Amino acid sequence: MPADPAPVLELDSVSKLFGRVAALRELTASFAPGRLYGIFGENGAGKSTLLRLIAGLARPTRGRILRWASDDLHPALARMGYMAHASLLYDELTALENLRYFAGLYGLAASPACEDAISSVGLDPALSRRVGDYSQGMRQRLSLARALLHGPDLLLLDEPFSNVDAGSAASMAARLGRLRASGKTIFVVTHQPAHLEAVADESLWIAAGEIAARQPGIGAALAASTGVTQ
Amino acid sequence: MTSLFAVTRATLAKDVLLEWRSKDAINAMLFFSVLVVVIFSFAFDPSAEESRRIAGGLVWVAFLFAANVALNQTWMRELRNQVLDAYRVSPAPANALFLGKALGNFFFVTVVELAMTPLFIVFFNLRILGPAWQLVIVLVLGTWALVVNGTFFAAVSLRTRVRELMLPLLLFPVSIPALLGMVEATTAILTGDASPRFWLNLLLVYDVVFTTACLLLFETVLHAE
Repeated sequence: MPADPAPVLELDSVSKLFGRVAALRELTASFAPGRLYGIFGENGAGKSTLLRLIAGLARPTRGRILRWASDDLHPALARMGYMAHASLLYDELTALENLRYFAGLYGLAASPACEDAISSVGLDPALSRRVGDYSQGMRQRLSLARALLHGPDLLLLDEPFSNVDAGSAASMAARLGRLRASGKTIFVVTHQPAHLEAVADESLWIAAGEIAARQPGIGAALAASTGVTQ
Repeated sequence: MTSLFAVTRATLAKDVLLEWRSKDAINAMLFFSVLVVVIFSFAFDPSAEESRRIAGGLVWVAFLFAANVALNQTWMRELRNQVLDAYRVSPAPANALFLGKALGNFFFVTVVELAMTPLFIVFFNLRILGPAWQLVIVLVLGTWALVVNGTFFAAVSLRTRVRELMLPLLLFPVSIPALLGMVEATTAILTGDASPRFWLNLLLVYDVVFTTACLLLFETVLHAE
């Protein structure tokens, strides 16, 4: 019987406090590679904070985060891609100018990686419009292209489907499915679990800073979201 | 692998392009500097000899205040859309961001200084009695002294609620030795009374010390929560 693959990510009693408020409480969990995890929960439950901790944008108040069995963040940075709620893009630059700059941060040759990344999310690399003139959906897609530019093994996506039309969301979800099939590990925070129905392997339900439930698929999240909307 | 030089160059090019398109910092600095020159010239109405004695102080005080505008702008761009987070999650060296920003600010402030210098000469009827070429050294060393600390302290005050107020509160006290050096060296050259060598050396030492300190501390500032 093959041994379980080494976890990509381990949370060891991770807590995050903002002043007296605990955003995350004693999270302990392990995540296998090549899977897509949907992270769900109410607003303020701690989902985005969890992603920021994993990405290294914030430090746990207590506990340890191991990425590829190491708590040294720096070597892991080149292997992680992070898409935030905000676009993380310069409004005054075009899509290609943005991605060329970010490619430089990862030591990548700008061409043709940037053009390919822009095309892969359904945008035109030759578009001379500045990102500030893009629609919210176009920004989201470009933001995803930025996060994927360096081919990360671990992808952290915060609300990738917000303000994206149904067709674009479906194509983004299909892209995530292909990335997962190629061995990437993906965490997706979203309030729209239906988009992940076909591609998610596991769902985590975060409530009051704790992992309230962890289940295969996203059935429970879907049921909960349906219950909320009805 | 990301090299310090490549990321510094990319950051500098990106900042110059952003400023070229928005002209936020340059326009604000120019407008502010022109106002200061005009107000000072009306307020003091000095003779030619008096002008040579006070111009060094007036010029550098004007540039210090004007530089504040650019220094605040430079990091504000990184806060919009949380772009700074994209840098923080990348493996690029923190110092490359700092150097790129500092060099960009040096360029913007120098452009304004070069545009304003003729105006100062006209409004204050200045005739330089010392070796004028040494003013170039004062300009380079003095401007770097302003922008290196300014870029650093603007980053320090980035996450405070009153960042526009915080920057001068942090920057001005630290800049006093450099300002003294700039003013005294400029006055010495304008009047031709004394050698500016001591003040130029002071500026050089100040620049080396504070550039080193800023480079050593910037990574901590960048990743502070």
